Amino acid sequence: MKCDNCDNEATVRETILRDGSWVEVHFCEECAAKQGIASAGTSLNELLTNFVLPQLTGEPAAKKPRPVKARVPVCPTCGFSFEQFRQSGLLGCPSCYTAFENLLIPLLERAHEGAAQHVGKIPRRQTEAALGKETVEGAKALAELRERLEKEKLLRRQLEDAVKSEQYELAARIRDQIQRLAAQPQETPENG
Amino acid sequence: MATRKNPSPDPDQPGRPGDAAVSSAEWLTNEGESCDVVLSSRVRLARNLAGHLFVHRASRDDRERALQTCRDWILGARLCDRIMWVDLHESPQLERNLLVERHLISKQLAKGKPATANGAMSPPSEEPRAVAVSIPDERLSVMVNEEDHLRLQILRAGLSLSDCWARASAADDRLEAGLDYAFSKRLGYLTACPTNVGTGMRMSVMLHLPALKVTGDIEKVKRAAADMNLAVRGFYGEGSDAVGDLYQISNQTTLGKPEGAVLADLQDAIIPEVIQYERHARKSLMGKRRAALEDQVFRALGALRYARLLAADEAMQLLSLVRLGVVLGLIDGLSVQAVNQLFLLVQPAHLQRVLGKEMDQEQRRIGRAALIRERLK
Ligand SMILES: [Zn+2]
Ligand SMILES: [Zn+2]
Repeated sequence: MKCDNCDNEATVRETILRDGSWVEVHFCEECAAKQGIASAGTSLNELLTNFVLPQLTGEPAAKKPRPVKARVPVCPTCGFSFEQFRQSGLLGCPSCYTAFENLLIPLLERAHEGAAQHVGKIPRRQTEAALGKETVEGAKALAELRERLEKEKLLRRQLEDAVKSEQYELAARIRDQIQRLAAQPQETPENG
Repeated sequence: MATRKNPSPDPDQPGRPGDAAVSSAEWLTNEGESCDVVLSSRVRLARNLAGHLFVHRASRDDRERALQTCRDWILGARLCDRIMWVDLHESPQLERNLLVERHLISKQLAKGKPATANGAMSPPSEEPRAVAVSIPDERLSVMVNEEDHLRLQILRAGLSLSDCWARASAADDRLEAGLDYAFSKRLGYLTACPTNVGTGMRMSVMLHLPALKVTGDIEKVKRAAADMNLAVRGFYGEGSDAVGDLYQISNQTTLGKPEGAVLADLQDAIIPEVIQYERHARKSLMGKRRAALEDQVFRALGALRYARLLAADEAMQLLSLVRLGVVLGLIDGLSVQAVNQLFLLVQPAHLQRVLGKEMDQEQRRIGRAALIRERLK
């Protein structure tokens, strides 16, 4: 991957706060140093005071370091901050994964050969819960289909009667109704 | 059936001192597949309770609650015929070290505190934590309140990863029937450290690779393993050296790859290749450098039979060569199982347990040499 700043190969990858949102940046060693990002061993705190905050406020680095706590995302469930995670390497609670999802995904991809989607075992309880939901939705879709078929059957009988009694205008209207019914989108368990 | 007793040598049991301290652990039997090279296989699953803080963030009360929840269910879930429960915060240091040496708990759980950044030893804490172990085979163990609430392990002799995985998954199903796991559809089993998230599964194989060490080709194995995102570690896991030419190879990727694929890669492709590589190296040493090999093996045997002071690492290194000699048929009258057991008996906690007293380092070196002398007579 190329450096965000020049044509060199990017060796430093960081997640930073820019214009109020967290973005991933890639720099070569040189540009990273210019930007105030160290390739290793720089705590997020240091990074924020030296680089991110001046950018946000448009002020030079050393001048006005601001408290960073409020800017760092915090897990609403357990109060653990992303900064604390960066320092300890451990998350605070299961909900931290949701709270820090955008920040964690790049880290996960780095640690797991580019993957950020679980494909392994699923707890049986979760499987049953999912199956239950699908079964319910499937049953709903099936009921709708049955209702439509019944309606169509009724209309076809009426059509037959109309043709038999030579009520051609009525027959044409019924035929239109049948066609409209058939043109309705099919309900499936996935989107229903 | 549950018992809270710790494993201790039975004075009424016939045999040499120390037999009872090691003989029950199934992985030492040397009966599994490819046991000339593979000592043991292990599958570990990391699981956490939904609605609880991760262990490192939890207060003492939180930990106590999580421990209670897990204990009630683990002892009731019929994971095996007999299960032993050990409250580690209440057991003496020596007992904890015994469990570490037997690969039933981690050093971290023994200590009770996460390792400090500079690696300094902190005194053992009394934070509520425990381990459940299937007895007498020690095949299954469940650590409670380690880095994750639950760390389930199946450990067996030889190359037996598929059996370990099947047993681990079945035990996991039983645990899950009574415990609410933290799980997300996107990220799988949610673990305290994101490097375990997804399957939460670590599969590892303990290999004895003395010939690759002698030929220097072990470096190629290490490089190839790194290229395949596998970790290579020593006998006692993270940060430990490969004493006794024992290497653990394990997967590192837990996200985006199903357990079955990790299993197939290791059990059917990578590990058999390493085994073949080691066997080939042994054969070539036996062919081209037989005299030098025999010299090394018998010098090692001689040192073990006559030394008066032995440090643990030195003993492991000598035992490694003796194991190689036994497997290659150079040494008669000694079983591979006996050597495997000595790998464990020479460790500090086991040595003190077998000799029945606490000893300082110097006393241990004397005691270790005496024990090995006695056993290799
Ligand atoms: Zn650049
Ligand atoms: Zn949280």
